[in-house]
Amino acid sequence: MAEKVLMKGNEALAEGAIRAGCRFFAGYPITPQNEVPEYMSWRQEEVGGAFVQAESEVAAVNMLYGAAATGVRSMTSSSSPGVSLKQEGITYLAGSDLPCLIVNVMRGGPGLGSIAGGQADYTQATRGGGNGDYRTIVLAPFSVEELGNFPKKAFELSEKYRIPAMILADGILGQMMEGMSYNFEPVDPAALCVKPWAIGPNTTGRKRNQVYSYGLAEGELEAMVLKRAERYALVERDEVIYEERNTEDADVLIVAYGISARASIAAMEIARAKGIKVGMIRPITLWPFPAKRIAELASKVKAVLCVEMSLGQMKVDVDLAVNGKTPTYLHAKSGAFFPVAEEIAVAIESALNGKKEQLFNLADLAEKATNERAEAKNAPCKEGALL
Amino acid sequence: MNAITKRPESLLDVTMHYCPGCGHSVAHRLIAETMDELKIRERTVVVAPVGCAVFADKYFNCDSIQGPHGRGPAIATGIKRAKPDSIVFSYQGDGDLASIGMAEIVHAAARGENITVIFINNAIYGMTGGQMAPTTLVGQTATTAPKGRNPLLQGFPMNISEMLSKLESPRYIERVSVDSAPNVIKAKKAIKKAFENQVNKIGFSFVEVLSICPTNWGVTPLKGLDFLREKMMPQYPLGVFKDEKESVAQKIQEGK
Amino acid sequence: MYQGVRISGFGGQGVVSAGVLLAQAGLVDGKAVSWYPSYGPEMRGGTANCSVVMTDTEVATPVVAMPDTAIIMNEPSLPKFEPLVKKGGLLIINTSLVKTKATRTDIKVIYVPCNEIAEKVGSLKAANLVALGTFAGATGAVSIDAIANAMKKVFKRAKPEILELNRKALEEGAKLK
Repeated sequence: MAEKVLMKGNEALAEGAIRAGCRFFAGYPITPQNEVPEYMSWRQEEVGGAFVQAESEVAAVNMLYGAAATGVRSMTSSSSPGVSLKQEGITYLAGSDLPCLIVNVMRGGPGLGSIAGGQADYTQATRGGGNGDYRTIVLAPFSVEELGNFPKKAFELSEKYRIPAMILADGILGQMMEGMSYNFEPVDPAALCVKPWAIGPNTTGRKRNQVYSYGLAEGELEAMVLKRAERYALVERDEVIYEERNTEDADVLIVAYGISARASIAAMEIARAKGIKVGMIRPITLWPFPAKRIAELASKVKAVLCVEMSLGQMKVDVDLAVNGKTPTYLHAKSGAFFPVAEEIAVAIESALNGKKEQLFNLADLAEKATNERAEAKNAPCKEGALL
Repeated sequence: MNAITKRPESLLDVTMHYCPGCGHSVAHRLIAETMDELKIRERTVVVAPVGCAVFADKYFNCDSIQGPHGRGPAIATGIKRAKPDSIVFSYQGDGDLASIGMAEIVHAAARGENITVIFINNAIYGMTGGQMAPTTLVGQTATTAPKGRNPLLQGFPMNISEMLSKLESPRYIERVSVDSAPNVIKAKKAIKKAFENQVNKIGFSFVEVLSICPTNWGVTPLKGLDFLREKMMPQYPLGVFKDEKESVAQKIQEGK
Repeated sequence: MYQGVRISGFGGQGVVSAGVLLAQAGLVDGKAVSWYPSYGPEMRGGTANCSVVMTDTEVATPVVAMPDTAIIMNEPSLPKFEPLVKKGGLLIINTSLVKTKATRTDIKVIYVPCNEIAEKVGSLKAANLVALGTFAGATGAVSIDAIANAMKKVFKRAKPEILELNRKALEEGAKLK
């Protein structure tokens, strides 16, 4: 393996995309992903690609829509509020069956939220995010090395199925530095196959290509959606990626992705040192979700603990997989700056022993809110009331 | 017998859905003739808008992409930057370009993208049913301004060609009309020039086409033409607002 | 071997770049490393800090919540990080700017007049390197040579005399234990 180079996550990602053959980038400044467009601004020029600092996220994603339609490996990146704006373009990309890469270096939300890392865009990423019945392939790296190596995987999956791919990272992964080495040789864009559906100069006498997402005649849109669903089914069947650690003898199964998985690894060490048998499954593709494997593993453990920087968005998928057969718990750090291993270690014990410490529990919250409302005497106009 | 005219090769032989009297079909024909004359059909991409011209991709015999409302210039930017040899034009109406897509058109123009934009101004939203547009005249009624556009509430109409001509990068901006044979000939010249500029790498070129919408204006086509000449033209005077012979790159090189 | 380090001080004191240097040095030494800068309101004007992890195996979490070592370069950082240091851990305090003494007795504390030593060596800018030198000397987690080699990678445009000055700062720092 090549010597590791100390790199920031965002820069490893940008360089990884270039090496994967990305020759078009459009973006707009937003923390904590600014190193991506900054890196692209000079690197694309160096490799003869295009970089555009767009006037908005909306414009950037539509530039991506145009560029992706030409068959050139193209990407945009942003962070949570910016990705919300990009949903317009993402649904068009999905509806037009265009491969491309969208990166979300997530931060805290909703609204302006925070500029620190977050994971609260899980649902948006895995359910499509914009209008209409669609999915995007979602890859969740958990290290600088994966950030750098996933763009190639993302482009390949995206082109194989003509489904937009998303890399769902977070501000911690984007900002942190680690040793980086690429596990693939740089891709020569000229060596990639010519996309028969691409628009642009017609040098082969092919018939004209049309890129569109509409089907206004009766039955037309339904046929398009169903045809696309066939590819979704293949992706769900064939492209699930996950990693397992210590699952062989586990009593507690952690499910965590991205930076939460990193903190969970440290938490496992703490818990294992105390003699608690804890294992982890880390979904690497969030869609397709490793539901089948989680169901298998859940049947062998006493408790399943979801660790995420959101209020149970991923847990919805875990619950669907576990299907009530094993108790599931949640350690949530939504809006926090980072997940803390020591706290997760406590949550592991709580999940195993039926305790509440470090577990997020809606029933308890409802009770707390009920008491607060009673104290406020149901006075919605009272200063400071949030009822 | 000699045929003195024929359907341009760049215009497909399909029935258009435009209403009688609508200016879109005339503008389409002028663009298609231009594509034929410049022999660029094989490398042209039309960016179809949202609005009445949404099906422009079904009419032009070239590659196409249909995009979200207002984003044509951004999409065109993406195509042109990814494939600089392509000829890209964004075809947009007034709601699309002057309202929801204001940021995209202004910044594509400011960047001086080497693309062509055809802007059809008929002072109303067509496809959605006659709502007020940014270009709707003062006093002109619309389904969202039943008493007529009131400048105190809705402001004054926006003159897009004049606005864009204040930017440094755009090379060519002209407003034309398709209300009469002489004006159609002038419109053709303008459209052709806007494409030639792109072929010759001169830079961002923009043609605003005044057009009628008899259906949503609630008038006959002939009355519509009267309205265009008597009411629209005073607000939107025809003419060239910007015409630079050299590209921005040439100007910088010469230190101008 | 595992070392979780938190370096904290004013923006401009080079705490963030000291962290990068430490991570790079660990990488040079063949260790798995991570570096993570603090975020939030303290980015502007206030305190800046970063986490560095060095280990023989793999870095689990890059955010060091309970450091083995905390390097305190300014006054406001002391109350923030002293309580977090692991029992038996190390606290390095820059006495040039921190007048308060540590209160914990279950950790090792080294007081280092980083600014004075740096000025003596030739540049106040090397105060962060004095602290790194102390860290290297006291923990043995990384060698002075590794940090010196890392400097060539991190400060690519530094002149040889600056690198030499920096090395001197590291060595002076390492003398304090």
